[in-house]
Amino acid sequence: MKATLRRLAERAGAEGLLDVAYASVDSPFGPLLLAATPRGLVRVNLPNYDAEEALEELAAKVSPRVLEAPAKFERARRELDLYFEGKLTEFDLPIDWQLTRGFRGKVQRAIKRIPYGQTRTYAEMARGAGNERAVRAAGTACGSNPIPIVVPCHRVLRSGGGLGGYGGGLAMKEDLLRLEGAL
Amino acid sequence: MPPFQTLLDEHATEVMGVLRGAVGRAEAEDCFQETFLAALRAYPKLNDASNLRGWLLTIAHRKAIDHHRTNGRKPVPVADPPEVPVEDPEPADDRIWTAVGALPPKQRAAVALRYGSDLPHTEIAAALGCSPAAARRSLHEGIKRLRKDLA
Repeated sequence: MKATLRRLAERAGAEGLLDVAYASVDSPFGPLLLAATPRGLVRVNLPNYDAEEALEELAAKVSPRVLEAPAKFERARRELDLYFEGKLTEFDLPIDWQLTRGFRGKVQRAIKRIPYGQTRTYAEMARGAGNERAVRAAGTACGSNPIPIVVPCHRVLRSGGGLGGYGGGLAMKEDLLRLEGAL
Repeated sequence: MPPFQTLLDEHATEVMGVLRGAVGRAEAEDCFQETFLAALRAYPKLNDASNLRGWLLTIAHRKAIDHHRTNGRKPVPVADPPEVPVEDPEPADDRIWTAVGALPPKQRAAVALRYGSDLPHTEIAAALGCSPAAARRSLHEGIKRLRKDLA
Protein backbone atom coordinates (compact mmCIF):
# COMPACT_ATOMS: atom_id res chain seq x y z
CA MET A 1 0.00 0.00 0.00
CA LYS A 2 2.93 2.32 0.68
CA ALA A 3 4.20 2.11 -2.90
CA THR A 4 0.64 2.59 -4.17
CA LEU A 5 0.23 5.77 -2.14
CA ARG A 6 3.63 7.07 -3.22
CA ARG A 7 2.61 6.51 -6.85
CA LEU A 8 -0.68 8.31 -6.23
CA ALA A 9 1.12 11.38 -4.83
CA GLU A 10 3.45 11.36 -7.85
CA ARG A 11 0.60 11.13 -10.35
CA ALA A 12 -1.43 13.75 -8.50
CA GLY A 13 1.57 16.08 -8.70
CA ALA A 14 2.08 15.39 -12.40
CA GLU A 15 -1.61 16.08 -13.13
CA GLY A 16 -1.69 19.32 -11.14
CA LEU A 17 -3.90 17.85 -8.42
CA LEU A 18 -1.47 18.14 -5.53
CA ASP A 19 -2.12 21.63 -4.15
CA VAL A 20 -0.47 21.09 -0.77
CA ALA A 21 2.23 18.45 -0.26
CA TYR A 22 3.47 17.78 3.24
CA ALA A 23 6.02 15.71 5.11
CA SER A 24 7.34 15.33 8.61
CA VAL A 25 11.03 16.10 9.08
CA ASP A 26 13.09 15.34 12.18
CA SER A 27 14.80 18.17 14.03
CA PRO A 28 16.64 18.48 17.36
CA PHE A 29 13.43 20.04 18.71
CA GLY A 30 11.10 17.26 17.55
CA PRO A 31 9.26 16.60 14.28
CA LEU A 32 8.65 19.58 11.99
CA LEU A 33 5.75 19.46 9.57
CA LEU A 34 6.67 21.02 6.23
CA ALA A 35 4.02 21.96 3.68
CA ALA A 36 4.55 23.22 0.14
CA THR A 37 2.45 24.29 -2.81
CA PRO A 38 3.78 24.03 -6.38
CA ARG A 39 5.13 27.56 -5.80
CA GLY A 40 7.17 26.77 -2.72
CA LEU A 41 7.30 26.24 1.02
CA VAL A 42 4.09 27.60 2.52
CA ARG A 43 4.18 26.41 6.13
CA VAL A 44 6.60 25.08 8.73
CA ASN A 45 4.83 23.73 11.76
CA LEU A 46 6.90 23.64 14.96
CA PRO A 47 6.79 20.56 17.23
CA ASN A 48 4.76 22.20 19.98
CA TYR A 49 1.83 22.91 17.65
CA ASP A 50 -0.61 20.14 16.68
CA ALA A 51 0.22 18.80 13.18
CA GLU A 52 -3.36 17.67 12.47
CA GLU A 53 -4.61 21.15 13.21
CA ALA A 54 -1.97 22.65 10.93
CA LEU A 55 -3.13 20.37 8.10
CA GLU A 56 -6.75 21.33 8.67
CA GLU A 57 -5.79 25.00 8.49
CA LEU A 58 -3.96 24.40 5.22
CA ALA A 59 -7.00 22.55 3.85
CA ALA A 60 -9.21 25.51 4.77
CA LYS A 61 -6.89 28.36 3.73
CA VAL A 62 -5.01 26.96 0.73
CA SER A 63 -6.78 23.90 -0.69
CA PRO A 64 -8.27 20.66 0.62
CA ARG A 65 -6.11 18.74 -1.86
CA VAL A 66 -3.55 17.97 0.83
CA LEU A 67 -1.40 14.86 0.44
CA GLU A 68 1.60 13.42 2.23
CA ALA A 69 4.49 13.47 -0.28
CA PRO A 70 7.90 13.12 1.40
CA ALA A 71 9.66 12.89 -1.98
CA LYS A 72 8.92 16.60 -2.54
CA PHE A 73 10.97 17.62 0.49
CA GLU A 74 14.35 16.04 -0.09
CA ARG A 75 16.09 19.36 -0.59
CA ALA A 76 14.33 21.03 2.34
CA ARG A 77 15.19 18.07 4.56
CA ARG A 78 18.86 18.25 3.51
CA GLU A 79 19.08 21.99 4.09
CA LEU A 80 17.40 21.78 7.49
CA ASP A 81 19.74 18.95 8.57
CA LEU A 82 22.75 21.06 7.61
CA TYR A 83 21.31 24.13 9.30
CA PHE A 84 20.82 22.30 12.60
CA GLU A 85 24.40 21.04 12.34
CA GLY A 86 25.55 24.65 11.99
CA LYS A 87 26.77 24.03 8.43
CA LEU A 88 24.24 26.06 6.48
CA THR A 89 23.71 29.76 6.91
CA GLU A 90 21.16 30.53 4.22
CA PHE A 91 18.20 28.51 3.01
CA ASP A 92 17.83 28.29 -0.72
CA LEU A 93 14.21 27.14 -0.90
CA PRO A 94 11.39 28.72 -2.91
CA ILE A 95 8.78 30.31 -0.65
CA ASP A 96 5.04 30.65 -1.20
CA TRP A 97 3.95 33.75 0.76
CA GLN A 98 0.22 33.29 0.28
CA LEU A 99 -0.55 32.78 3.99
CA THR A 100 0.67 36.26 4.83
CA ARG A 101 -0.61 39.62 3.58
CA GLY A 102 -0.34 43.37 4.06
CA PHE A 103 1.85 44.85 6.78
CA ARG A 104 2.57 41.42 8.25
CA GLY A 105 3.65 40.16 4.85
CA LYS A 106 6.01 43.10 4.48
CA VAL A 107 7.56 42.44 7.88
CA GLN A 108 7.90 38.71 7.23
CA ARG A 109 9.62 39.28 3.89
CA ALA A 110 12.03 41.63 5.67
CA ILE A 111 12.67 38.97 8.33
CA LYS A 112 13.71 36.58 5.55
CA ARG A 113 16.53 39.01 4.73
CA ILE A 114 18.04 39.22 8.25
CA PRO A 115 21.45 37.54 7.87
CA TYR A 116 22.44 34.42 9.79
CA GLY A 117 23.75 35.10 13.25
CA GLN A 118 22.44 38.68 13.37
CA THR A 119 19.46 40.06 15.24
CA ARG A 120 17.01 42.93 14.83
CA THR A 121 14.47 44.48 17.18
CA TYR A 122 10.71 44.61 16.70
CA ALA A 123 11.07 48.40 16.44
CA GLU A 124 13.61 48.08 13.63
CA MET A 125 11.31 45.72 11.77
CA ALA A 126 8.40 48.17 12.15
CA ARG A 127 10.54 51.02 10.83
CA GLY A 128 11.77 48.86 7.93
CA ALA A 129 8.18 48.07 6.95
CA GLY A 130 7.41 51.79 6.77
CA ASN A 131 5.64 52.41 10.08
CA GLU A 132 7.93 52.96 13.03
CA ARG A 133 5.06 53.26 15.49
CA ALA A 134 3.70 49.82 14.61
CA VAL A 135 6.06 47.99 16.98
CA ARG A 136 3.29 45.85 18.42
CA ALA A 137 2.05 44.96 14.92
CA ALA A 138 5.60 44.01 13.97
CA GLY A 139 5.62 41.70 17.00
CA THR A 140 2.36 40.16 15.83
CA ALA A 141 3.83 39.72 12.35
CA CYS A 142 6.74 37.76 13.85
CA GLY A 143 4.35 35.73 15.99
CA SER A 144 2.15 34.83 13.03
CA ASN A 145 5.05 33.85 10.76
CA PRO A 146 3.79 30.72 8.92
CA ILE A 147 7.31 29.60 7.95
CA PRO A 148 9.48 29.79 11.11
CA ILE A 149 13.16 28.75 10.99
CA VAL A 150 13.35 29.25 7.21
CA VAL A 151 11.90 32.74 7.69
CA PRO A 152 14.03 33.38 10.80
CA CYS A 153 11.69 35.22 13.14
CA HIS A 154 13.86 33.91 15.99
CA ARG A 155 16.34 36.66 14.97
CA VAL A 156 13.93 39.40 16.06
CA LEU A 157 14.27 40.51 19.69
CA ARG A 158 12.83 43.15 21.98
CA SER A 159 14.56 46.54 22.13
CA GLY A 160 16.73 46.58 25.25
CA GLY A 161 17.86 43.00 24.90
CA GLY A 162 14.82 40.97 25.97
CA LEU A 163 14.21 37.82 23.91
CA GLY A 164 10.57 38.65 23.16
CA GLY A 165 8.39 35.66 22.25
CA TYR A 166 8.54 32.58 20.08
CA GLY A 167 5.86 30.23 18.78
CA GLY A 168 8.08 27.24 19.41
CA GLY A 169 8.83 28.30 22.98
CA LEU A 170 11.52 30.64 24.31
CA ALA A 171 13.96 27.77 24.92
CA MET A 172 13.89 26.96 21.22
CA LYS A 173 14.46 30.60 20.27
CA GLU A 174 17.45 30.71 22.61
CA ASP A 175 18.86 27.44 21.19
CA LEU A 176 18.54 28.69 17.61
CA LEU A 177 20.27 31.99 18.45
CA ARG A 178 23.02 30.11 20.26
CA LEU A 179 23.42 27.73 17.30
CA GLU A 180 23.92 30.76 15.07
CA GLY A 181 26.37 32.31 17.52
CA ALA A 182 24.13 35.31 18.09
CA LEU A 183 23.92 34.81 21.86
CA MET B 1 -13.43 19.67 3.85
CA PRO B 2 -10.82 17.67 5.76
CA PRO B 3 -7.33 17.36 4.22
CA PHE B 4 -7.56 14.79 1.43
CA GLN B 5 -4.89 12.69 3.11
CA THR B 6 -7.37 11.75 5.86
CA LEU B 7 -9.57 10.10 3.21
CA LEU B 8 -6.61 7.96 2.22
CA ASP B 9 -5.72 7.19 5.83
CA GLU B 10 -9.25 6.11 6.61
CA HIS B 11 -10.52 4.47 3.43
CA ALA B 12 -7.64 3.45 1.14
CA THR B 13 -7.51 -0.11 2.47
CA GLU B 14 -11.23 -0.66 2.07
CA VAL B 15 -11.33 0.85 -1.42
CA MET B 16 -8.45 -1.40 -2.46
CA GLY B 17 -10.28 -4.41 -1.02
CA VAL B 18 -13.47 -3.58 -2.89
CA LEU B 19 -11.54 -3.11 -6.14
CA ARG B 20 -9.65 -6.38 -5.72
CA GLY B 21 -13.00 -8.09 -5.37
CA ALA B 22 -14.41 -6.33 -8.40
CA VAL B 23 -11.55 -6.46 -10.93
CA GLY B 24 -8.94 -8.77 -9.42
CA ARG B 25 -5.66 -8.15 -7.67
CA ALA B 26 -3.62 -7.38 -10.79
CA GLU B 27 -5.95 -4.68 -12.11
CA ALA B 28 -6.97 -3.22 -8.75
CA GLU B 29 -3.87 -1.01 -8.54
CA ASP B 30 -4.79 0.88 -11.73
CA CYS B 31 -8.42 1.26 -10.70
CA PHE B 32 -7.27 2.48 -7.28
CA GLN B 33 -5.15 5.21 -8.87
CA GLU B 34 -8.00 6.21 -11.19
CA THR B 35 -10.43 6.27 -8.29
CA PHE B 36 -8.37 8.57 -6.09
CA LEU B 37 -7.25 10.83 -8.93
CA ALA B 38 -10.92 11.30 -9.90
CA ALA B 39 -11.75 11.95 -6.24
CA LEU B 40 -8.94 14.51 -5.94
CA ARG B 41 -10.14 16.25 -9.09
CA ALA B 42 -13.69 16.60 -7.74
CA TYR B 43 -12.83 17.15 -4.07
CA PRO B 44 -12.62 20.97 -3.85
CA LYS B 45 -16.12 21.28 -5.35
CA LEU B 46 -17.70 18.67 -3.11
CA ASN B 47 -19.99 20.41 -0.65
CA ASP B 48 -21.05 17.58 1.62
CA ALA B 49 -18.43 15.92 3.80
CA SER B 50 -20.94 13.78 5.70
CA ASN B 51 -20.38 10.58 3.72
CA LEU B 52 -16.95 10.60 2.17
CA ARG B 53 -16.72 6.81 2.41
CA GLY B 54 -19.85 6.32 0.33
CA TRP B 55 -18.65 8.94 -2.13
CA LEU B 56 -15.29 7.17 -2.59
CA LEU B 57 -16.93 3.75 -2.93
CA THR B 58 -19.28 5.14 -5.59
CA ILE B 59 -16.29 6.41 -7.59
CA ALA B 60 -14.48 3.08 -7.08
CA HIS B 61 -17.46 1.17 -8.44
CA ARG B 62 -17.72 3.47 -11.41
CA LYS B 63 -14.01 2.89 -12.16
CA ALA B 64 -14.47 -0.88 -11.80
CA ILE B 65 -17.37 -0.72 -14.24
CA ASP B 66 -15.34 1.37 -16.69
CA HIS B 67 -12.61 -1.19 -16.39
CA HIS B 68 -14.97 -4.06 -17.13
CA ARG B 69 -16.34 -2.18 -20.08
CA THR B 70 -12.95 -1.75 -21.71
CA ASN B 71 -11.88 -5.28 -20.82
CA GLY B 72 -15.26 -6.84 -21.50
CA ARG B 73 -13.95 -9.99 -23.04
CA LYS B 74 -11.19 -10.84 -20.62
CA PRO B 75 -11.84 -13.40 -17.90
CA VAL B 76 -12.37 -11.76 -14.57
CA PRO B 77 -10.36 -12.85 -11.56
CA VAL B 78 -12.38 -13.09 -8.38
CA ALA B 79 -11.11 -12.54 -4.86
CA ASP B 80 -11.38 -15.57 -2.58
CA PRO B 81 -12.91 -18.12 -4.95
CA PRO B 82 -15.10 -20.62 -3.07
CA GLU B 83 -13.31 -23.84 -2.18
CA VAL B 84 -16.40 -26.05 -2.58
CA PRO B 85 -17.13 -27.79 -5.87
CA VAL B 86 -20.30 -26.50 -7.49
CA GLU B 87 -22.39 -28.41 -9.94
CA ASP B 88 -24.04 -25.56 -11.74
CA PRO B 89 -21.42 -22.95 -12.51
CA GLU B 90 -22.30 -19.53 -11.15
CA PRO B 91 -23.15 -17.07 -13.87
CA ALA B 92 -19.90 -15.45 -14.94
CA ASP B 93 -19.27 -12.26 -13.03
CA ASP B 94 -18.39 -10.34 -16.16
CA ARG B 95 -21.86 -10.91 -17.58
CA ILE B 96 -23.43 -9.36 -14.53
CA TRP B 97 -20.92 -6.54 -14.48
CA THR B 98 -21.45 -5.85 -18.15
CA ALA B 99 -25.18 -5.70 -17.51
CA VAL B 100 -24.65 -3.48 -14.46
CA GLY B 101 -22.40 -1.29 -16.54
CA ALA B 102 -25.14 -0.85 -19.11
CA LEU B 103 -27.61 0.53 -16.55
CA PRO B 104 -28.27 4.27 -16.41
CA PRO B 105 -25.76 5.94 -14.01
CA LYS B 106 -28.01 6.31 -10.95
CA GLN B 107 -29.31 2.75 -11.13
CA ARG B 108 -25.81 1.45 -11.78
CA ALA B 109 -24.37 3.25 -8.77
CA ALA B 110 -27.27 2.20 -6.54
CA VAL B 111 -26.85 -1.47 -7.47
CA ALA B 112 -23.07 -1.36 -7.04
CA LEU B 113 -23.27 0.36 -3.66
CA ARG B 114 -26.01 -1.94 -2.37
CA TYR B 115 -24.60 -5.28 -3.49
CA GLY B 116 -20.94 -4.45 -3.94
CA SER B 117 -20.33 -2.43 -0.80
CA ASP B 118 -23.32 -3.48 1.25
CA LEU B 119 -24.36 0.10 1.97
CA PRO B 120 -27.84 0.74 3.45
CA HIS B 121 -30.35 2.86 1.51
CA THR B 122 -29.65 5.96 3.59
CA GLU B 123 -25.93 5.89 2.74
CA ILE B 124 -26.60 5.16 -0.92
CA ALA B 125 -28.88 8.19 -0.89
CA ALA B 126 -26.14 10.33 0.65
CA ALA B 127 -23.58 9.08 -1.85
CA LEU B 128 -25.90 9.79 -4.77
CA GLY B 129 -27.15 13.07 -3.36
CA CYS B 130 -30.83 12.04 -3.42
CA SER B 131 -33.51 11.02 -0.92
CA PRO B 132 -33.55 7.47 0.51
CA ALA B 133 -36.85 6.88 -1.32
CA ALA B 134 -35.26 7.90 -4.62
CA ALA B 135 -32.25 5.68 -3.88
CA ARG B 136 -34.60 2.75 -3.19
CA ARG B 137 -36.42 3.47 -6.45
CA SER B 138 -33.15 3.58 -8.45
CA LEU B 139 -32.08 0.30 -6.88
CA HIS B 140 -35.45 -1.30 -7.60
CA GLU B 141 -35.46 -0.11 -11.22
CA GLY B 142 -31.88 -1.31 -11.63
CA ILE B 143 -32.61 -4.78 -10.30
CA LYS B 144 -35.75 -5.04 -12.44
CA ARG B 145 -33.76 -4.17 -15.52
CA LEU B 146 -30.91 -6.55 -14.62
CA ARG B 147 -33.41 -9.39 -14.18
CA LYS B 148 -34.78 -8.68 -17.63
CA ASP B 149 -31.34 -8.29 -19.26
CA LEU B 150 -29.89 -11.41 -17.69
CA ALA B 151 -32.95 -13.63 -18.13
